Amino acid sequence: MSGSTQSGRRAPLLGAYASLVFEFLYLPIAVLVVYSFNRDGVGGFPPKHWTLAWYRMLWGDGAIWDAVMNSLVVAAAAVALSLVLGLLAALALDRATFPGKAVFRRLVLLPLILPGIITGLSLLMFAVFAGLQLSLWTVFLGHGTALISVATTELFAGLQKMERVQEEASLDLGATPWQTFWRVTLPQLRLSMIAAGLLIFTLSMDEIAVTFFLIGRDTTLPLEIWARLRRGITPEINAISTLIFGVSMILILIWYQIRTRTTGREAQELLERP
Amino acid sequence: MYSRAYKTIVSVPPILWVGIFLLLPYTLMFAHSFWAVRNGMIMHEWNLKNYAALLQNRVYVEVLFRTMRIAAGVTLLSLLLGYPLAYYMSLHAGVRKDLLYQLVIIPLWVSYLVRGYAWKTILGSEGVLNGFLQYLHLTREPVSFFLYSPFAVILMLTHIYTPFVFLPVYASLEHIPRNLVEASQDLGAGSRTTFLKVILPLSLPGLLAGATFAFVLTLGDFLAPLLVGGPSSIMIANIVQSLFGTAFDWPLGAAISVCILLLTISLLFLTERLEKRWAFR
Amino acid sequence: MTSASTNPESGNAAVEAADPLLEVRSVAKCFGAREVLKQISLKIASGEILTLLGESGSGKTTLLRLIAGFEQPSNGEIWMSGERLDNLPPYKRRVNTVFQNYALFPHLTVQENVSYGLQVSGTAKAEIPCRVADALRMVKMEEYAAARTTKLSGGQQQRVALARALVNRPKLLLLDEPLSALDANLRRQMQSELKSLQRELGITFLFVTHDQEEAMAVSDRIALLRGGALEQVASPRDIYARPATSYAAQFIGQTNLLRAEARGGVARFANLQWNTGQPSGAVVFSLRPEAIHLSSGSPAAPDAVRFRAVVKRRIFSGFSEQLEFELAGEPMRARVPAQEALAEEPEFWFVPQDAVAVRD
Repeated sequence: MSGSTQSGRRAPLLGAYASLVFEFLYLPIAVLVVYSFNRDGVGGFPPKHWTLAWYRMLWGDGAIWDAVMNSLVVAAAAVALSLVLGLLAALALDRATFPGKAVFRRLVLLPLILPGIITGLSLLMFAVFAGLQLSLWTVFLGHGTALISVATTELFAGLQKMERVQEEASLDLGATPWQTFWRVTLPQLRLSMIAAGLLIFTLSMDEIAVTFFLIGRDTTLPLEIWARLRRGITPEINAISTLIFGVSMILILIWYQIRTRTTGREAQELLERP
Repeated sequence: MYSRAYKTIVSVPPILWVGIFLLLPYTLMFAHSFWAVRNGMIMHEWNLKNYAALLQNRVYVEVLFRTMRIAAGVTLLSLLLGYPLAYYMSLHAGVRKDLLYQLVIIPLWVSYLVRGYAWKTILGSEGVLNGFLQYLHLTREPVSFFLYSPFAVILMLTHIYTPFVFLPVYASLEHIPRNLVEASQDLGAGSRTTFLKVILPLSLPGLLAGATFAFVLTLGDFLAPLLVGGPSSIMIANIVQSLFGTAFDWPLGAAISVCILLLTISLLFLTERLEKRWAFR
Repeated sequence: MTSASTNPESGNAAVEAADPLLEVRSVAKCFGAREVLKQISLKIASGEILTLLGESGSGKTTLLRLIAGFEQPSNGEIWMSGERLDNLPPYKRRVNTVFQNYALFPHLTVQENVSYGLQVSGTAKAEIPCRVADALRMVKMEEYAAARTTKLSGGQQQRVALARALVNRPKLLLLDEPLSALDANLRRQMQSELKSLQRELGITFLFVTHDQEEAMAVSDRIALLRGGALEQVASPRDIYARPATSYAAQFIGQTNLLRAEARGGVARFANLQWNTGQPSGAVVFSLRPEAIHLSSGSPAAPDAVRFRAVVKRRIFSGFSEQLEFELAGEPMRARVPAQEALAEEPEFWFVPQDAVAVRD
């Protein structure tokens, strides 16, 4: 609660319930991880023979790593695109008035709120309309566009936290607006940009729904896994899933640390509201 | 303070991009819903036949209602799990609040596929759950309805969306000034009354936001049924997906999508209105 | 006997004779329908400290921002050294600002903050460290050159902000309530430091404050603003001794307002009368509390106006005390040296010259 230095009052029943919820959230993942070391397959109980064979198999699995590479490239490009457009959009929302500003703000947020299939199909229709070949480029287009609002939200919050008077001071001291942008505005947005970039990267790497409809011949990691699921499940999929979970977890934790440092916890939680 | 050139330079690129790559696609979707397909080709003839077909097709309507039931179920369960968790963390967790918060957002952002796959491996006939039950001699044979059933879809999606519900609820709980609770107790209200009369009403905006989010996203989900659902748990988005795939009828698929879209937008609009009315700040 | 002047800039002939550094010509500013500044005309002389004094909403900060370049006048022009100023963007004006909350760049050190203006204007790299060091020495912050600005105290940040502005050798330095965030003692100390700094450098200062004591301590001239218009512009002593309006009399220092009637060269208030040069009609006189004396303390001057009044309250403040009484039903105050013993209804007196006629 705001304004409190709380020493949690005891509420044992509620606490027990809360830990049950946490268990519900983590148990499936824990099972997934454990069974990635199970020699005898994905199911059954209990797992008796421990092995790293699946990870070894994963290591040699060229198709997976090709997909990983593709995902990385798309994610990196999506980060770049989203950050640039998101920065401009945040500046525009903060400083400019133009007709349809409210509509613009909502429109940018739509891909995050709507089910992915709708955005994915809409972009598919656009690709057909524009005569674009479905490929990693269309995937990149989809991710970059859908994730602009992630960047916009983060950077807008960063701009709000920055005092407007800093830019006035810079102008007062003789810097042109362009110099002011590079020397004062951007450096103070640095943390926000890193945070946004991390989140966009993670979301892009994991994206399925939109990617599903925009993919061409090359495939991304989630879709490669998806395809394999159709053929049959093996603990190798557990292995790659475990790795994905591990890496994502680290990135998310870093993102959180940066976020709380830039905007303060209260403001950050406000931002989480869809 | 900002010159017109400055304001133009920052506004135009994002507006243009969003206009071309968001507004236009959504508009195309909308337009397609009024077209028709003939002999494997999409004809740009404007008509309302798709919408008529939708309403008259019993299967589609049934699936739509099933989807809404599933969405309602997921939302309810997510609330039952997420709200008490948020309540506990906000009001009783003390210094561990921050750590616990991080523990919640991890499953929030980590891959949908990873989490869905986890359930697939757990719920199957040869899966971990069945193995566990048999190991404990609670059952002799695998229970088949765990997987490839609406039960599995609801379970999986609840797992996915509980953190989504948690976040806004937690945010609005955190925003309640602590001295309101103290004032309520000072005036003689016990924990339960304080909760019902003070905390719950003030956390309503967050609750509403979370519930809407969970409902809307579940409504349009097509992956969960494919992963853990069976023929009896096809959801409306799967129908759309097949219409854009093997069943090749883009206009019809677009019409259904538009319906989902309109449902979503009106729900969001409604909750936004309600939030404004109920926001006591 | 003094006359209420209708020209706000009374008594400034000497200052105006020299070429003014800055001229504000009939400047007005509206924000939408709100008229924040109404036709202000003002001249600032080179080398002086002029303070814009007023309550919040009086327009003083707006005027400052117009001169700095962050707003454009809705009407009128601003000229500096014979050239038009208001059509230049802020980064092209030879004007620098010390902002209210200092606005130091948190991502730069003290040194980098102070050298900022020099860097962006393309000063020779070799010259910069030396000028920065000089500026820091001037504000006694040379030891903190490498420090992060966020770690400094309020007073220290204020000095850095000052150095950052002064290092660019502006023609005019604007100070937007620079001392308001400091505690009382520090504020007094900074006031005298600022004044001596200005004398040393000879740069023209335009100060904005709502604190009339601060204005009187620091300024060469005070421009009192009220509701977007200039109430009076004069030196602190002039504005105190000869306020032009009742608002000025009450805003700066304390006063008693005597609403009198003049007829045939005699002013009448309550049952008192004295000679005045005011034309016949209603006249308001401002009489400062310290101008009302106790006959028991000091014998009445020959032409003094005398009266008796019941003392209702005594407020002690060390070497003086304030006596509250009523004259013709109006509450009034006298400030006298602290008294050992005091009659219930003592005799007071004041000289007519101390009753200054003001516009209402």
